[in-house]
Amino acid sequence: MPLYQLSINGKKYRVNADAQMPLLWVIRELVGLTGTKYGCGIAQCGACTVHLKGAPVRSCSFPVSAVLNQPITTIEGISNDNSHPVQKAWIDEQVPQCGYCQSGQIMSAVALLRDNPHPSDADINAAMQGNICRCGTYPRIRKAIKRAAATLPKTNGQ
Amino acid sequence: MNKNGQINRRDFLKIGTFATGGLLVAFTVPDKIPFAKPTATSEAALNAFLRIGTDNSIHITLSKVEMGQGIWTTLPMLIAEELDCDWSQLHVAHSPPGKAGDFLEPPVYKSTGGSETTIREFDRYRMAGAIARTMLVAAAAKRFGVRSEDCRTENSYVIAGNQRISYGDVATEAAKLPVPKVTLRDPKDWKYIGKSRKRLDAPEKINGKARYGFDSQFPGLLTALVSHPPIFGATVKTLDATQAKAIKGVRNVVQIPTGVAVLADHFWAAKQGRDALKIEWNLGENANLDTNMLTDTYRQLAKTEGLTIQKKGNVTSALAKSERSIDAEYSFPYLAHAPMEPLNCTVKIGKDSCEVWAGTQSPLLHQAEVAAFLGLKPEQVQFHTPCIGGSFGRRGSFSSDWVMEAVHIAKASGKFIKLVWTREDDIKGGYYRPIYVHNAQIGIGADGFPTAWQHRIVGQSLFVNTPLADVIAPKGIDYSSVTTGAPYSKSIPDYSFELHTTSVGVPVLPWRSVGSTHTVFVVETLIDELAFLAKTDPVVYRRAFFKNSPRHLAALNLAAEKSAWSKPLPKGQFRGIAVCEAMGSYVAQAVELSVENQAIRVHRVVCAIDCGLAVNPDGVRAQMESGIVFGLTAALYGEITIQNGVVQQSNFHDYPMLRMNDTPIIDVHIVPSTGKMGGAGEPGTAPIAPALANAIFAATGKRFRQLPIPAFW
Ligand code: FES
Ligand code: FES
Repeated sequence: MPLYQLSINGKKYRVNADAQMPLLWVIRELVGLTGTKYGCGIAQCGACTVHLKGAPVRSCSFPVSAVLNQPITTIEGISNDNSHPVQKAWIDEQVPQCGYCQSGQIMSAVALLRDNPHPSDADINAAMQGNICRCGTYPRIRKAIKRAAATLPKTNGQ
Repeated sequence: MNKNGQINRRDFLKIGTFATGGLLVAFTVPDKIPFAKPTATSEAALNAFLRIGTDNSIHITLSKVEMGQGIWTTLPMLIAEELDCDWSQLHVAHSPPGKAGDFLEPPVYKSTGGSETTIREFDRYRMAGAIARTMLVAAAAKRFGVRSEDCRTENSYVIAGNQRISYGDVATEAAKLPVPKVTLRDPKDWKYIGKSRKRLDAPEKINGKARYGFDSQFPGLLTALVSHPPIFGATVKTLDATQAKAIKGVRNVVQIPTGVAVLADHFWAAKQGRDALKIEWNLGENANLDTNMLTDTYRQLAKTEGLTIQKKGNVTSALAKSERSIDAEYSFPYLAHAPMEPLNCTVKIGKDSCEVWAGTQSPLLHQAEVAAFLGLKPEQVQFHTPCIGGSFGRRGSFSSDWVMEAVHIAKASGKFIKLVWTREDDIKGGYYRPIYVHNAQIGIGADGFPTAWQHRIVGQSLFVNTPLADVIAPKGIDYSSVTTGAPYSKSIPDYSFELHTTSVGVPVLPWRSVGSTHTVFVVETLIDELAFLAKTDPVVYRRAFFKNSPRHLAALNLAAEKSAWSKPLPKGQFRGIAVCEAMGSYVAQAVELSVENQAIRVHRVVCAIDCGLAVNPDGVRAQMESGIVFGLTAALYGEITIQNGVVQQSNFHDYPMLRMNDTPIIDVHIVPSTGKMGGAGEPGTAPIAPALANAIFAATGKRFRQLPIPAFW
């Protein structure tokens, strides 16, 4: 079985895995970081969203062999003290209910705001519609993204 | 409890101390409904705890489970209201596993459901806080050399003049004092209750630290996936596991009553192993099951007289005499709960013990079931309840289905295993909200109001053959099938409400807001239709029925007011409204939408709820939002179909969910109310579908009598 070197949240890991093994299971079961969740396994729900070189990917449908040298960030790498503006906004707006989808929601929101610090409603729809929340926290997610955006500096491009 | 807020202590609590010191108040949260089999545990078992540590920490152990509905915060608020504790020092946990003989034992906590937790625990949790505070004060007063009356409490300190001492410092002494009589605080002095408070479980749910059952990881633990039969009730005829066993990481393949389990080092290997199994099935008696045909059968049945639920006058002759009438037939599909965290259960069987980790609504029920199967005493089965990624009824399984599946795998393999269900297992796995068909015939009087109403419901029972049968489905009449189905019957002279209960080989379970998912749709769309025929505004029309139902009226009026019901909407937008009582709360919702090329766009939902006292108002609002999204999902998309015995849907691509881009603005308003407390977790789901359908009628002139609303018409 091939050996892969992965950089996750700035730490290096070496794993032996089947080339087709989805990154989700590598992260959860070989590396042991369980914040990234399984919800569908077919890129439909976004619970498994991680960042690959800053861009959101559905790790359930992304084979480990395709990671190459790109650094991975998971929910555990967003901050270790809930200090990221998106996490703060999530608390201020009281987003989580069961919480199971929220790792993925936050990873999508962080990626959105990185590329587009002041998203419109349409931008939020486009960036977040891949993330299902069965508890229906969407209205609060929308508010939280706007609240987090308000704390970010205005940029010329937007 | 008596009228003065004094508790009958005999059925309530036990005070003690820990080896490490501190004060422990353990109390019983009894169920009105006998949920457990009698073998499970004794009636008086203590199941909820408040512990004050010598380090001034406050530990609250919940008798009920948190599934997203917010009780992790609401129940501690009740204790804090009386305890005057430092909120930042609170630690909350689900009721612990324990060993027989422990002071805490046995760890009884009963099922969570019916939107009842806060209603039932409102007095007890406050009482536990009040008793602890009184004892801490008494202990501190002794130390200070003053009377209890001369002390006050604040932020986990007892204060008298310039002396102050922390709860932790007097907790051990307090535990030795006699249990006091206490009086609960006057509502006007409340600092917590009725004021929005942030969720205590939110911080760990935004950084990946919350551990769900799916996250169980232990050395030596194997992951098990089960190949379930393609048809309900089918059994294994032949099994060839050669290729499955050849997959790297696969450790074992075992046959169990519900299929064939593949055990592997991790999910991915187990999944590949499962895919490689070669199984032939004995298809059994459900091989011809077809939901279209089943619904047709129900339609025929709905034309015949059923068991009487409610009857007055002579509806048949009254209908025959009516000059104007409505004759309507409705149908509702099977629905999967699809909680975000798929089902899972970790099991370790020891010599005379078993340990189970499962996010479930009913640990006590499962504990009894597991114990009976393994030949153990219930207290030899330790139950751990981790974080729960949603349930909506699925994890309230009366048959303990997936927990027993895991136990079977552990027993057959002799291994420490974690059973996980894939999303496909979940969507295809049954335990659905049942199919229902309604038939309604209404005679309309000259004044535009109904004079005769015959209403028949056909569907499977949720509660026969369950531990709740005697309570909810006595003599074969399952009242959950008809609940909230007759809110307008009082003012109708000739009325008949009937039920046909069917038996089908598809397992079913309660689904968020239970019977109200269909009864409210039928009644509220029919009332809208009657209002239309009477050329009366639907809010005005409904008010005529609610003269003696002030809570319906208050919810209806508030939703109308906040949605500016009497003011016109922007061009192209239309509105509909519905109101109901569900789980003791009164909810009205007004939907604003537009329809373009048969595509429905919901712009805004205005919701008003009268739930009596809202202990945590923001929590109530969150549950209304949640219920509305849940109900809209079902109304627009939700449908499980079966052909040749095989469920046709499998995952979120063909059993879709509402997403961010479809979600309307949702405004929730709470009716200031002194009415009896009602639930919050479920009632928000009930009125949204009829409000939507009524708005669609306003926009298009089309009356849809089935859910989901068809994608094309
Ligand atoms: S688990 Fe990857 S998108 Fe659902
Ligand atoms: S918070 Fe439960 S699924 Fe999103």
